[in-house]
Amino acid sequence: MEHITLLLAIVVVTALVFDFTNGFHDTANAMATTISTGAMKPKTAVAMSAVLNLVGAFLSVEVAKTISSGLVNEDGIRPEVIFAALVGAILWNLLTWLVGLPSSSSHALMGGLIGATIASVGLSGVNGGVVVTKVLIPAIAAPLVAGLAAMFAARLTYRLGKNADRKTTEKGYRAGQVASAGLVSLAHGTNDAQKTMGIITLALVTGGVLAPGSNPPMWVIVSAGVAIALGTYLGGWRIIRTMGKGLTDLQPQQGFAAQTSAASVILASSNIGFSLSTTHSCSGAVMGAGLGRKGGVVRWSTATRMFVAWGLTLPAAGLAAAAAEFVARQGGWGVGAVVVFLIGSCAAIWLISRRQVIDHTNVTDDEIAEPAGVVTAAMAAVTPPPAGTTLSDDLKATIPAPAGEAVPASAAPASASPAPAATV
Amino acid sequence: MKIDWAALGAVFGVSLVATVALVGLFTLGIAGLSKQETASANGGSAVLARTGAYACFALCAAAVAYGIYLIVT
Repeated sequence: MEHITLLLAIVVVTALVFDFTNGFHDTANAMATTISTGAMKPKTAVAMSAVLNLVGAFLSVEVAKTISSGLVNEDGIRPEVIFAALVGAILWNLLTWLVGLPSSSSHALMGGLIGATIASVGLSGVNGGVVVTKVLIPAIAAPLVAGLAAMFAARLTYRLGKNADRKTTEKGYRAGQVASAGLVSLAHGTNDAQKTMGIITLALVTGGVLAPGSNPPMWVIVSAGVAIALGTYLGGWRIIRTMGKGLTDLQPQQGFAAQTSAASVILASSNIGFSLSTTHSCSGAVMGAGLGRKGGVVRWSTATRMFVAWGLTLPAAGLAAAAAEFVARQGGWGVGAVVVFLIGSCAAIWLISRRQVIDHTNVTDDEIAEPAGVVTAAMAAVTPPPAGTTLSDDLKATIPAPAGEAVPASAAPASASPAPAATV
Repeated sequence: MKIDWAALGAVFGVSLVATVALVGLFTLGIAGLSKQETASANGGSAVLARTGAYACFALCAAAVAYGIYLIVT
């Protein structure tokens, strides 16, 4: 690890930051249902998930040699491109966390890579066909597969278990949920921490520090594992809330069916070779389980917002990454400017998030409206009272879109509003 | 552009069967335990129900172990 240039050091640190956001963004996948059904206490749940993520990071030595799964041509990739891709992915992860929507961290990273590559070498660097097969089809298939499985499973468990004693069932489903959530956490650690290791290794190879084709050095494995575990332990409570309470109301039976379905889909897809996003599978499973109970409902408004966020993941992360790449390629000051911008955006998003705090103490409360209320509240706080009711209706109508769209739309009627517009 | 429909179909089939089978087994186990507890509360015992329940849970545990094996390899 000699001769690490400043740029490489920045790329490594950015990759670890991405790993960290990946951790707290995806805690919801493993733990949302476990927490919302009360099977585990919130803090215990994230702690268990963090430990299993860390263990998962060390379990497999098979490195993701092609970090982008053939999405972009990796031959001529430079550290700046990787840096820009990571910046785009981090920004998207934080924005979706702010509005409390689950979205795939891997898709954000893919979008970032695509955008940065296009800005760097043009469209020829991207394989369009792979975008469809690796991103679009899985994004539609994952929630369907996981949702149907969870729905049938939830129906079955209600039918078979309707005569069982209440106390026994509660204890039983609790244990079942913990087991399946543990599996999801472990799989997440192996997959996603590996991804970061692959990125850091690729950056080190392109920077000439490592020989091509080398395995990641020990310090890379350790730091990637620790970063994702810390992120997981921090807990993306906003997203946990959406997944566990926002999409549907879950009983232990449904939580167990959803978790089992998510674990099966993730394991089946990664072993059969049609990789599906963990986030998409888990969200789909939760909705399916919601429909599997008699009288169960899915809140389609929340679900629609989530689907819109999924659709926007690739282009939004791509655009941000392309802009970052455009600035970063200008030389040393450009990279510096992007770093400053990234830190500033993270701070701004964090500040906005403090307007309505969601943490382990209130994550399962019924009170705090839907997570979109975060944005609503944040905007209401800075927007002058509208002149007429029609204006306020207009404003409400723009809220279902994720922040990327909602903010510019709201900036029009209230051009004086300072805070949210600055973050995009 | 080649979409591997066969692999997608396989993922769908395996996930569906695995999920429903596991959840079904687990529920049977819980129902068995519950029956046994009711029986013992009434002074009787339900050996068959208890044995069946443990067998169901053992199968579920085996499935979890297989899942860990899949993650590790």
